[in-house]
Amino acid sequence: MLVTLSIAGYYGYILFKADNKQALLIGETSHGHFQIELACSSCHTEAFGGPELIQEACVGCHGAELTEANDTHPKKKFTDPRNADRLSVVDARYCVSCHTEHRKEITAPMGVTLPEDYCFHCHTDVGGDRESHRDLAFDSCASAGCHNYHDNRALFEDFLVHNHAGPWLKEIARLTNPNGAAILASKRVPEQQPTFPEQKAAHPDIHQEWSGSSHADAGVDCGGCHSDVSSGEWLENPGIAQCQTCHIHEAESYKSGKHGMRLAQSLPAIRPADSKMPFKETALSLQQGCNSCHSAHRTDTLFAASEACLTCHNDDHSRGVDSSPHGQLLTQAIAGAIPVEQAVSCATCHMPRAENIIDQETVVQVNHNQNHNLRPNEKMIRPVCMQCHSLGFSIDALADPALIRNNFNGKPANHIPSIDWSLKRVAD
Amino acid sequence: MKHIKKIALITTLLTGSLVITACNEAPPAKAGIPPKLYTDSLFAVMNADRANYTKLIIQRLGPNGAGAIKPDEHWKEIGNGALLPAQMFRAGSEAVAEVTDEFTYSLQSLWPINKQNAPKTPLEEEGLQYTVDNPGENFYGEEKLGDVTYFTAVYPDVAVSPACTTCHNDHKDSPRTDFDIGDVMGGVVIRVPL
Repeated sequence: MLVTLSIAGYYGYILFKADNKQALLIGETSHGHFQIELACSSCHTEAFGGPELIQEACVGCHGAELTEANDTHPKKKFTDPRNADRLSVVDARYCVSCHTEHRKEITAPMGVTLPEDYCFHCHTDVGGDRESHRDLAFDSCASAGCHNYHDNRALFEDFLVHNHAGPWLKEIARLTNPNGAAILASKRVPEQQPTFPEQKAAHPDIHQEWSGSSHADAGVDCGGCHSDVSSGEWLENPGIAQCQTCHIHEAESYKSGKHGMRLAQSLPAIRPADSKMPFKETALSLQQGCNSCHSAHRTDTLFAASEACLTCHNDDHSRGVDSSPHGQLLTQAIAGAIPVEQAVSCATCHMPRAENIIDQETVVQVNHNQNHNLRPNEKMIRPVCMQCHSLGFSIDALADPALIRNNFNGKPANHIPSIDWSLKRVAD
Repeated sequence: MKHIKKIALITTLLTGSLVITACNEAPPAKAGIPPKLYTDSLFAVMNADRANYTKLIIQRLGPNGAGAIKPDEHWKEIGNGALLPAQMFRAGSEAVAEVTDEFTYSLQSLWPINKQNAPKTPLEEEGLQYTVDNPGENFYGEEKLGDVTYFTAVYPDVAVSPACTTCHNDHKDSPRTDFDIGDVMGGVVIRVPL
C-alpha cells in the first residue's frame, strides 16, 4: 500500500511538477524526434487526447512539407467509405499507424514501424499489372529510385519519361545565387536603430571587421543586432530572435530542421554531444545557433556553406569532401579560380536555394532546414542534382550508399532500371 | 323528450371532445427528402459545375481558345497548368470529404486509367454496368459497407466531346481504346449513409 502510494506520488510529481520528464519516456525516441523528446507537449498536446490530437501535432510540423511534396497517400484518399477495407490493413488516415514513436526496436529508416512489405497488402495486383515487377521482392517497393509512400515528385512515370534524356553532366552547370538579402534589405532594415557610441569606441577591431560586411552595406549598425527587441537596451550576445527580425525565412526554416528544432520548442539549442552522430572532439560542447556557421561581424557565406559544417561534422561523407569532385570545385571557388555559381558546397545540396514569392517579387533564398530534402534522398533530385546532372545519373548515384558515404568520389555502382521500364511501357 | 335532450347533449359533448382532442394532436411529421431526390439534386450541381468548368474555362482559355492555360494530367508540373475536368471533379469530392461525411462521391469507370477508380464494391460494379447496358438511365441501390447501410446512386458519364475520347483512347494506361462520342465512359457514384 505504502509502496504503491509512493510510486504513484513520484510519477505524479514528475508528470505535473517536474521540468525534466526524462523518467516518463517509455522507450527510446527515433532519430527524427530525439532532440525534442523532453518536450512531451510538442506531440502530446493534451492528456487523454486520443489519436486526433497527436495527428494535429504531426500535421502542425510536417503538414506543409507533405502538401508541397504532393503527397501520394494523403489522408483524404482514405476517408471515402469505399476504401474502408483498406483501413483494416493499415489505418492510413493517421501518421502514427505507420510511424509509431517510442518503439526504437522496431523503427526502420524514415521512422517507419511497419514490416517492410506493407505496400503489398493493399497493392496486391502489382505483379499482374506490371510485367517488370513480377519477380521483385515483396519488401523492395521503397527501394532507392523506385517508389516512395509520400513524395514521388522525382519518380512518377511521366516525369521519368520526360526527363530520360540528357548527358550525365550538363555542359553549363551552374546554380542560382541567393538574392534574398539584397532585395529585402530595403524593406526590412529599420530606419531607426538604437546607437551605442561607447561600445563602438571600445571595440575598434570589431567595428573594422563589420564595416566590410553586408550588414554594413545594408545599414545595419551595432544597435541593429545588439539591442533587445522590446526594450532597446544593449544586448551582449544576440540570439536567433534578433536575427529573425529581418531574416525571417532563414530563421523559420532553421528552426524546422535538425539544427534548430529544439529552439522551436523553447528548449536550449542542440550540441554535438547530445547526438549519436560522429562529431569532432573539439566541437562536442558547441551550442548551435546562427553564429555556428555565420560569423557575427564578417560576411562569408561560402565559409558558412562549407567549412563551417566541418567544424562539427566528422562522418565519412563530410571527411570525403576534399577529395571528391564536388569538393574540388569548392576548393577552386574558395581560391577564386571559378565563379561561386559553379561550385558545390555542403549547402548546395543540404540547404538548397528556393524561389519564394515575397510581395509579388521572386526572391531566391537559402532554405536553412538541412533536413528538408534529406530523406528519402530522392527529394534532392529535382531542386539540387538536376541543376547539373541528368535524372538517370542522379537516381543511380543516390541509390549507391557507398558512393554517398565517400561523397560521390567515383561513378554509381549500379543502374536503376526505373527510367528504362517507364520508357518500355510507352513504347508498348 | 328529456332523454332525447340528454342523449343529444352527451353525443355533442363526446363528439366535441373527440374533435378537440383530434385538433390538439401534433400535426403529422414532415416527410424527409427521399434519397433519390437528394442524390439527383447533388448530381445536378456536380454535373453543372463540371460542364461549366469545361465550357467556360477549359474551352475558352485552353488550347482550343485563348491558349492561356494548359489542361494536363500533371498540371502542377507545367507553367499555367490547369486541372482536367475529371481532376477538378475529383478535387471537389476531396474538398467535400474534408468538410462532411454526410455524403461522398467519386468518378469511376469499368475501364479506368487509374486502377483506384475501378468499382470496389459489388453494387458499384452492378451500377456501372447497368448504366452501360441501359443508356440514359440512372442506377439506384442500397449496400452495406462495414456496419453502415448506404443509398448508392450511379449516374452515367457520357463522352460529350472529342477531348474526352481522344485523350482516353491515346492514354497508355487506358484499358479501352475505342471510345466514341456518346459512349458511357464511366459513372458518378454518390453514396449517402442511411
